[in-house]
Amino acid sequence: MAKVISNDCLGSDMYLLKVCGNYKGKMGQFYMLRAWDNYPLLSRPISIYDMGEGYISFLYKVVGKGTTLLSKLKVDDEINLEGPYGNGFPKIQGKIAIVGGGMGIAPLYLAAKTIKNVDVYLGFRDKAILVEEYKKQVDNVYVSIGNNVTDDLDVSKYDYIFTCGPKEMMKKIVEMAKESNTIVYVSMEKRMACGVGACLVCTCQTKHGNKKTCKDGPVFLGEEVFYNE
Amino acid sequence: MSNKLEVKFSSLKFKNPVIMASGTFGFGKEYQEIYDIEKLGGISCKGLTLHKKEGNKGNRIHETAAGMLNSVGLENPGVEGFIQNELSFFENLDLIKITNVGGSTIEDYIKAIEILSKEKIDMIELNISCPNVKEGGMAFGINDGIARRVIKEARKATKLPLVVKLSPNAEDIIKMAVACEEEGADGISLVNTFKAMAIDIKSRSNIFQNTYAGLSGPAIKPIALRMVHEVCHNVSIPVFGMGGITNYKDALEFIMVGATCIQVGTANFINPRIGLDIIDGIENFMLEENIKSLDEIRGII
Repeated sequence: MAKVISNDCLGSDMYLLKVCGNYKGKMGQFYMLRAWDNYPLLSRPISIYDMGEGYISFLYKVVGKGTTLLSKLKVDDEINLEGPYGNGFPKIQGKIAIVGGGMGIAPLYLAAKTIKNVDVYLGFRDKAILVEEYKKQVDNVYVSIGNNVTDDLDVSKYDYIFTCGPKEMMKKIVEMAKESNTIVYVSMEKRMACGVGACLVCTCQTKHGNKKTCKDGPVFLGEEVFYNE
Repeated sequence: MSNKLEVKFSSLKFKNPVIMASGTFGFGKEYQEIYDIEKLGGISCKGLTLHKKEGNKGNRIHETAAGMLNSVGLENPGVEGFIQNELSFFENLDLIKITNVGGSTIEDYIKAIEILSKEKIDMIELNISCPNVKEGGMAFGINDGIARRVIKEARKATKLPLVVKLSPNAEDIIKMAVACEEEGADGISLVNTFKAMAIDIKSRSNIFQNTYAGLSGPAIKPIALRMVHEVCHNVSIPVFGMGGITNYKDALEFIMVGATCIQVGTANFINPRIGLDIIDGIENFMLEENIKSLDEIRGII
């Protein structure tokens, strides 16, 4: 069990939870979070937002019972973390853009912090969050509120794009990339049970057949994934 | 771990009575990355069908109060895919290796069993109870007359110990268990998931494309326990008891109503090391209560 350092509401039901301890993990991976005994039954898969000496943090939105319970955690409360799970974003060289929409910004901060020399595009429906944090890590942070974040994006300027957010947004970026040689990596979100690749409930349909979002993903090559399932 | 946890099940000796249930543990690899799975008594692998299956489309999981519904639909690599890609890891594990076999026709069951029986595995678990495939095994698992046919053929198809995994949706669970025994099964696994459903009230539609899904988890434990109790009092072959076991106390309840071993399923998703916790819990209980062998408490209720 680990102890909560802070659990701050950032508005619009979004919270940043910081937990004490030295954890393993890399950009795009996730942990299964559990801060209750029996109910809800399953732990909640939440991607790593940030990590460093003595802490790890998670950005999440309150959508159901599990995240409601997470939102009530206070300093020094106990929480159980299992992980890190998933493949994460690849370590690659080239000109990289990071594109996040809404809660999709959650797994991208650690990518910005790890890679440093990237351009970041953040899209929000009504209120921007954590922009200053991103600006501490990279020089070019483009923010759009209420518009499509893809409107500001010239895909052809980049060798690679890491993206996470609404399916329509990721699908559009993948389509835009077809006209250039840009390679897109998407981080998918699915309901999970085990988190380790054993139960097969988080199936992601791809051109290469069923993949496990938890184990083969959550990061996939954008062109491989079927977005309409 | 002492060997007082050793359990004899038919002709096999399990190092302890804790087995990971089919469909919740893959072929073991994923959990081996988390802990030493050879401390477990056994693994029942992901249900295999003769041919590869893609499984169901749409939602595959829905959480409920004290349980979960799944509609995976027996996604698996097929018998040959298993032998090519999974067997080399699975067969070298130092524990009892059970292959769970599903099917939609008797011929498919039998072919799959014949092929698997040539490999280095310890036991066949005949799954006649999956609620998540349309023409699937469940039809065999409801009516004891139909079940007899597939069990009889399966018995002829393998020399390996054969257990039959029963559906809690059977018309008469006792009749079904008796049919297993009479047709030569070496044991019984019960229960599989309960046929159930869930609705999305906003879209006014079923959560699952197949309408029905399988309910598992703590919600089903009291009913599963009753069924294991009934069956253990009516057959003399050993039983793997399962259904919502999430801790050592649950496991002991199933043993006290007569289960020889227990299987753990959904609890693996709550705590990936639950198998070890249950083994330790049983061992501590035996120490505290001065129980020398599980035979002392098995079936005492």
